[in-house]
Amino acid sequence: MRFGGSYQGSSFSELLEVDFPHFRPDLSRVSEVDLRALEVPHGTTVLALKYVDGVVMAGDRLATEGHRVASRDIQKVYATDDHSLVAIAGAAGPAIEMARILRVELEHYEKIEGESLELEGKANKLSQMIRQNLPMAMQGLVVVPLFAGYDLRRHAGRLWKYDVTGGRYEETEFEATGSGGLFAGESLKKSYSPGMSRGDAVKAAIEALTDAADQDRATGGVDIERGIFPIVGCCSQAGIENALDSEIKEIYQDIMERRRRSASGAAS
Amino acid sequence: MSMPFYVSPEQVMADKAEYARKGIARGKSSVTLEYEGGVLLMAENPSTLSKIGEIYDRVAFAGVGKFSEFDQLRKVGVRYADVKGYSYSREDVRAKALANAYSQAVGDVFTNQMKPLEVEMLVAEVGDDNLAGHEKNAIYRVQFDGSISDHEGFCVIGGAAEELHSYLTNEYRAGIPLGEAVKLGRNALQRASDGEPRVAPENLEVCQLERQRPGRKFNRLATDQLRELLGD
Repeated sequence: MRFGGSYQGSSFSELLEVDFPHFRPDLSRVSEVDLRALEVPHGTTVLALKYVDGVVMAGDRLATEGHRVASRDIQKVYATDDHSLVAIAGAAGPAIEMARILRVELEHYEKIEGESLELEGKANKLSQMIRQNLPMAMQGLVVVPLFAGYDLRRHAGRLWKYDVTGGRYEETEFEATGSGGLFAGESLKKSYSPGMSRGDAVKAAIEALTDAADQDRATGGVDIERGIFPIVGCCSQAGIENALDSEIKEIYQDIMERRRRSASGAAS
Repeated sequence: MSMPFYVSPEQVMADKAEYARKGIARGKSSVTLEYEGGVLLMAENPSTLSKIGEIYDRVAFAGVGKFSEFDQLRKVGVRYADVKGYSYSREDVRAKALANAYSQAVGDVFTNQMKPLEVEMLVAEVGDDNLAGHEKNAIYRVQFDGSISDHEGFCVIGGAAEELHSYLTNEYRAGIPLGEAVKLGRNALQRASDGEPRVAPENLEVCQLERQRPGRKFNRLATDQLRELLGD
């Protein structure tokens, strides 16, 4: 381990670039190969929505490699610090790495500077990291995360979506992305209401993931048989707290019960 | 062609050491104590510029002497720790390796540069009961010439280190609760400050590495918490 390099700033990703370039992929050669030919795991559906005390972020647990299941219990929602979360969609490898670097980045800045970044500053940093991934994205390894958190200065939950070029768009209510994002978004559109409670927001999130899993074969939803549940993080002034599996299970069973009844009702 | 003056190496080293000691003695001392629930780091510091800082999950830093120099070393330590934790695992970031790296870096400057660093540093690590082999706390002191030592129970750095050390040798006992540790630390720091009868809580910088805290164990105590602990 080298002690003391030439980099003097407070950004961890820049530190890696300047003093430890061998840790980063060599993007200059990327255009010579078609990464689309590589079958790598992809994350599918993630979403975020606001509620009265902050913001809820959720993601299913399935990762796919082409038409195959790569993992049934991958983690797509990551706490990046005490008051922010990132949800990854797209190529799982670079996306998880990006979430990991972002977490170290925020902690690193806080330790070097003695105070943490503003929520908007964190969202902007992620934007730059996605932009740096553009050469990889052009070759098929697309990373399009969601970022959400509680803004301690404005006392409100906030959330952002991104495009492959690093474009950053703040959303006022909810957003979903990934292969089942369209269906999850449609579902949230119907269940969302401003100022909803935490319980209602978690319900809306589970219902949206269930709808996405119903329409999109690559989305896992709730896997009752194996006991694999989506990760649902609730971020408020008090910090981040994940919804318990038991709560998610109950919500999911209610949803299925309702749907089963209406199905039998239609048949009779 | 002019001949350079001959100065004996002993003289050079002695002069450098005296220069560094004088610089360090101008500032205030800092005390670190092991207590029941972790490690406590204290310094008399009325300014908002910190002498104590978080390095990593279980590792903290305290510096005395010239602020610009030890703060630079603190940042180098944070960079070292974050890169190490990123490239290996978070558990691989340990105080001993960091203290050794500091010792090398500071010793190098002392031998090779005109001006030695006017700093003294302390690297502390709190144990984790859930990691076999990592249960014990560790405290390392690194001096201006790169000499390194490890300490059990307590450690003082700064100009008045020797006086405070003998005070704490008499007063300290292992496993004291937080409140007592804070009071003892303040009493020690008071002995170092000239004529000030009682260091006010707002002039103290107190941080702890809390054994039971999940994740990052470093915690900076607010003045209100401190006042409560001191019973002021």
